Amino acid sequence: MSGSTIIFYLLATLTLVSALLAVTTRMIFRAAIYLLFSLIGIAGIYFWLQYEFIAAVQIVVYVGGIVVLIIFSIFLTQQAGEQLPKQKLGRQVFAALAAFCGLALVMLQLAQHTFTGTGNKAIEPTVANIGNQMLGVDDNGYALPFEVVSILLLAALIGCIVIALKSKPETT
Amino acid sequence: MIEPGLYHILFISATLFFIGVYGFFTRRNLVTMLMSVELILNSVNLNFIAFNKYLWYDRLDGVFFTIFIIAIAAAEAAVAIAIIINLYRSHKSIDVEDAEEMKY
Repeated sequence: MSGSTIIFYLLATLTLVSALLAVTTRMIFRAAIYLLFSLIGIAGIYFWLQYEFIAAVQIVVYVGGIVVLIIFSIFLTQQAGEQLPKQKLGRQVFAALAAFCGLALVMLQLAQHTFTGTGNKAIEPTVANIGNQMLGVDDNGYALPFEVVSILLLAALIGCIVIALKSKPETT
Repeated sequence: MIEPGLYHILFISATLFFIGVYGFFTRRNLVTMLMSVELILNSVNLNFIAFNKYLWYDRLDGVFFTIFIIAIAAAEAAVAIAIIINLYRSHKSIDVEDAEEMKY
């Protein structure tokens, strides 16, 4: 057993255990922190797979952006030390049953299926390769989806400002 | 312990997905439901990267899908939090059970 294997299992344990704690803890602020650790574990798995660019994007966008946004919204809408109300036992049991059945189904399919990959020469996922293909306009280029996503981000930005804007008091 | 490969990563992502589904079913607070959605999106990203790494390593499509999903997830989280803050202003609560005027 090599060091890389041990690191992989440590990252997997970190990710899954903190994800489980994030959905079961009753302290909402702790849930956000557990989510943070789970996302960091996923970024570590990307590093382990040697997709460094995706790992960097994961850390910058998720850990640096979305979790901070979630923590801000917790501070704005919740008493930080307060516990969430207890959930009904029946709902918890049925949700766990549904999730477990789904997982068992997926695992069963996975165990019966053998994947065959291509035998072609590998492309290194370096930043130069990713950038060249992302902004390319030839058959394999992703320039059009790139522009569409930029329009989507602009629309989301304007939409957020409009939705969260304080409405003026009615002057009647 | 065996050398980790594609199946290990698929197991992690499937488990993460169903942890997110469990959280989405049980939670009744909008912020924690948003967290569950983030977990689900992350499991999908992990799947794309694993398939790109182990099966279709001659292309980069999985990487692009992951990048676009991350961008869309960021936009989605921002809009969702704007809606949650707006809901808190009008209802003084972000529990889904308290926002049920449109039910009837």
